[in-house]
Amino acid sequence: MAEKVSNKSVLLNPFSKNNPVIVQVLGICSVLAVTAKLEPAIVMGISVIAVLAFSNVIISLIRNTIPTNIRIIVQLVVVAGLVVIVDQLLKAYTYDVSKQLSVFIGLIITNCILMGRLEAFAMANKPWPSFLDGIGNGAGYAIILIIVGFFRELLGSGTLLGYTVVPQWCYDHGYVNNGLMILPPMALIVVACIIWVHRLLNKDLQED
Amino acid sequence: MENLNLFIRSIFVDNMVFAYFLGMCSFLAVSKNVKTAFGLGVAVTFMLVITLPINYLLQTYVLSAGALTWLGPEYADVDLSFLSLIMFIAVIASMTQLVEMAVEKYSPSLYSSLGIFLPLIAVNCAILGGSLFMQQREFPSVFTAICAGGGWGLGWLLAITAIAAIRERLATYSNIPRPLRGIGITFILTALMGIAFMSFLGIKI
Repeated sequence: MAEKVSNKSVLLNPFSKNNPVIVQVLGICSVLAVTAKLEPAIVMGISVIAVLAFSNVIISLIRNTIPTNIRIIVQLVVVAGLVVIVDQLLKAYTYDVSKQLSVFIGLIITNCILMGRLEAFAMANKPWPSFLDGIGNGAGYAIILIIVGFFRELLGSGTLLGYTVVPQWCYDHGYVNNGLMILPPMALIVVACIIWVHRLLNKDLQED
Repeated sequence: MENLNLFIRSIFVDNMVFAYFLGMCSFLAVSKNVKTAFGLGVAVTFMLVITLPINYLLQTYVLSAGALTWLGPEYADVDLSFLSLIMFIAVIASMTQLVEMAVEKYSPSLYSSLGIFLPLIAVNCAILGGSLFMQQREFPSVFTAICAGGGWGLGWLLAITAIAAIRERLATYSNIPRPLRGIGITFILTALMGIAFMSFLGIKI
């Protein structure tokens, strides 16, 4: 990332052109695991935005003092510290969601988005662009989480955020919830469909 | 017997990739050909077998509530479990570094075939996930932890080798819609294999 990029594109690129999930293919594990319902997906998205933005800032501030050969350990420790804070906060304020997310909050540490952004951006840029980059990539990740969570909860349980949205007369006329959507493999299919639509619109991303 | 059951269950029923979807990033990125996929799988298995017992010992003798009683009765109500994430990832990162150095010194041929994958493994969620599941399930002994680690590792190896083999064939023999080529079709493949692996769920061992 040697070339000069404007702050605006740093913030906005990850939403579509350079989306961390569907273009860079990072951080897939949690996309699949936490999106069976919309609420944990939103909480997870917000947690990742927070951790990513602040770890980017911290690493960017100390980037000139980190010895190169132990940088991975340093990055992991910074990220782990932040994740512990998020984990404890969630346990304190939203205990049910934190139970649903179980090990996946801890797994934010090894979420490849974090390591990817720290290595590729924060190690080479000033704190403010790094902060924007963290927000942008976190939000790009959160958007995908929310889209997947939306479709899985709507089609799988007929609810959104726990409220029933599919009206009763649909069920009376023989509509059934698709139980398959609750299962993790369906998240992969939904993501694949998002990739399909996205690449249909952005021809330059298609592979041979 | 109990441990053998756990080992087999960890490979098939609790498969890291198809049941928990852990370690997906490297799973999707490195599954373009069978040889490298197999190398990465071996490295992951190795790291799981090493780090799981170490983290188990850490968990039982240092981190869990009242684990420090062996230091003296006054430590009985110390609970360090909030430190477990940091400790686990530190163990994993340093073991990765150590193993990398050891392999480089004693077996240069293995190093040259695994070399590039070893540093990647520190951030493979399957490894940390293994330790966190170990913590959640409260395994009775170190040996159980080793068996579970071996099983999870082999399951991951199996998954990545299978998907790499399919992708190799797909690249030559099939006509996929252009926007789905590459990563898109791999997602769908993984989903289909995941559904297939769900048939193991009903098996009680």
